[in-house]
Amino acid sequence: MVPTSYYLVLSAVLFGLGVVAFIFKRNIITIFMSIELMLNAVNLAFVAFSRALGQLQGQVFVFFVIVVAAAEAAVGLAIIIVIARNRGTLNVERVDSLKH
Amino acid sequence: MPVLTYVWILPLLPLLGAAANGIFGRGWTKGVVTGVALSSTTLAFLAALELVREFVALPPDQIPWTKSYFMWISAGGFRADFALLVDQLTVVMLLVVTGVGWLIHIYSTGYMHDDPGYRRFFSYLNLFMFFMLLLVLAANYLLMFVGWEGVGLCSYLLIGFFFLRQSATNAGNKAFWVNRIGDFGFILGVLLILRTFGTLDFATVLPRAAAMPAEPAGQAGALTWIAILLFVGAAGKSAQLPLYVWLPDAMEGPTPVSALIHAATMVTAGVYMVARSHAIFLNAPMAMEAVAVVGCVTALFAATIGLVQTDIKKVLAYSTVSQLGYMFLACGVGAFSAGVFHLMMHAFFKGLLFLAAGSVIHAMGGEQDMSKMGGLRKKIPWTFWTMFMATLAIVGTPGFSGFFSKDEILNETQNVSMTLWALGVLTAGLTSFYMFRLLFLTFFGSNRFDERKVHVHESPRNMLAPLVVLAILAVGGGWMAAPHLWGGVNYFEQFLAPVFATSGRVVMPKDDLVVDPGRDLLKALAGAPVIVGLLGFLLAWWFYIRSPKTPKKLATSLAATYKLLSGKYFVDELYAAVIVRPLVWISDKVLWRVVDEGVIDGTVNAVARVSEEAGDKLRYASTGNIRTYAAWILVGAVVFTSLLLWMAG
Repeated sequence: MVPTSYYLVLSAVLFGLGVVAFIFKRNIITIFMSIELMLNAVNLAFVAFSRALGQLQGQVFVFFVIVVAAAEAAVGLAIIIVIARNRGTLNVERVDSLKH
Repeated sequence: MPVLTYVWILPLLPLLGAAANGIFGRGWTKGVVTGVALSSTTLAFLAALELVREFVALPPDQIPWTKSYFMWISAGGFRADFALLVDQLTVVMLLVVTGVGWLIHIYSTGYMHDDPGYRRFFSYLNLFMFFMLLLVLAANYLLMFVGWEGVGLCSYLLIGFFFLRQSATNAGNKAFWVNRIGDFGFILGVLLILRTFGTLDFATVLPRAAAMPAEPAGQAGALTWIAILLFVGAAGKSAQLPLYVWLPDAMEGPTPVSALIHAATMVTAGVYMVARSHAIFLNAPMAMEAVAVVGCVTALFAATIGLVQTDIKKVLAYSTVSQLGYMFLACGVGAFSAGVFHLMMHAFFKGLLFLAAGSVIHAMGGEQDMSKMGGLRKKIPWTFWTMFMATLAIVGTPGFSGFFSKDEILNETQNVSMTLWALGVLTAGLTSFYMFRLLFLTFFGSNRFDERKVHVHESPRNMLAPLVVLAILAVGGGWMAAPHLWGGVNYFEQFLAPVFATSGRVVMPKDDLVVDPGRDLLKALAGAPVIVGLLGFLLAWWFYIRSPKTPKKLATSLAATYKLLSGKYFVDELYAAVIVRPLVWISDKVLWRVVDEGVIDGTVNAVARVSEEAGDKLRYASTGNIRTYAAWILVGAVVFTSLLLWMAG
């Protein structure tokens, strides 16, 4: 059997990639994807613990996260499309009309 | 007994009048304003008469009649009620305040008729009546203090009534400030009473004070301090040395105000308060001595200033200070009922003098300088004759009210101190001189004004009627004390005796003395005060009728004395140099520039500046860039997690 720590290391790496991408990327779709990546890293950790401890709660959490992520994707992608139409760019640095 | 049960009606009536005119009267016609103001005082006077009728029928064991209406203050062991007290002393004061107040209200409807502040005037005047009635009806020192401060407020408002005149507002301020000093003494005295007796009710404090042993001279205990502090308050309100300076300036107010507040009622509040607290004073001989000496010296001091004043109202003002000195002299020698008697007579004749002076000023079209009057006797006969009666009364002509009251004071003083008696007699002579001087300068001789410019006219009837009523009182008011002279009873003293008997001092039984009615009568009629008064009259006659050049010659030959007197002993200048100017300097240079601008404003400004600077620096953290915030969250999470791990490990 694969030890739990392997899963956790993979989860941490994926989460770290997500954070780095969120902070440094400017394309709004990439940022959106990095959020999904972080969520799924957490999902992986949940499932790993669920299996290691022989309990189901972790898996239930995962379903919740997937549902929330799906809802978020629906709303978020809609917003992104509107931004792209109105402003003609996907660069978040340019989406700053509230600041000016 | 409707009025005795609901005594509060008495002060309430003028308060309603003041509120109606002051708050709702903006659009009312002059007639309605007059109706409201007069009906409230008339009803108050009628209620006072009804109260006297009921009071006389009371059985003696129910006097003093105290009625508590509601609990006002309850804090720890301290309790003060809204309670009113009626005894013989209150009755006398009530009649004076409502009666003379009513007459002066009537007079004012004529005197103030063309004044644009007509409504405001009557609103203030009614408010004054309310506070004055509260003062004399209060059953404890705290409620009395409310009335005390209230009359001070109304006095301030009415002195500064012509507020467009700088001198009037200054005079109002001066009265207010000087009274502050006195009131501070009064409130300290009240607090000391509370500390000593645990309560402020007259009904408890006074019998207990009477039961305490008299404090020997040279050993000032609680009673002496209380008495001295209360007297400081009385000296402020009743214009005694050294706090008298506000009263002459208070003449800036309308003349009816001078008559009502600064002659007949408010300024006598100090005498009333001392008489009310007689039990405390009698057991504090040192305080009594102070009261007598201050009163006597004030009487003489003010009379000398009055000799040379040329403003008709200023003469009367100094005369008032002088007469108040007599009242305190009476209190100081233990003759409280004589003091109150003089208070009442003074309310009649001095109120009349002021009203008559107002009538003269009215006739002269606003002129107050006596050196620009003269020869008015034929032109305004009613004013002349009433003023003449009042003058005869104040100088103590036998048979007139001032004769009975002043002579009684001097008689009582004679038993205590010959020096004070001599000073009192001297003052009587000076009084006679300055009063006849006023009369001669105003009504006799040739007129010294331009008859083409000044149209001298007699006052309307609503001004003359109060003059006549007061003249009758000033002439006849003293006779209730008269039988005393031929060995009979002094009805006034007998009436007041129960009040002052509770203090343990029994009114001297007359039958102990060998009474020789004829000799006593002769002594009174030909006594020193009468002779000195006659001398004063003759001197005034010589100076101002017989050879009118003498005063000028005397003024030049005694230039220094004349300057001292006409400069009012330069007391105002002294106070300005010693107290006022240093105070202003400290307020300006230290309190304003250093404390206010430096410390208080500085602290506030420093707090504001620190916030501003900090915000200015910190605002760079709020970039508005969501990814920067995410980075901060990450940093925070990392720091927090490693902290947890470090603590767990």
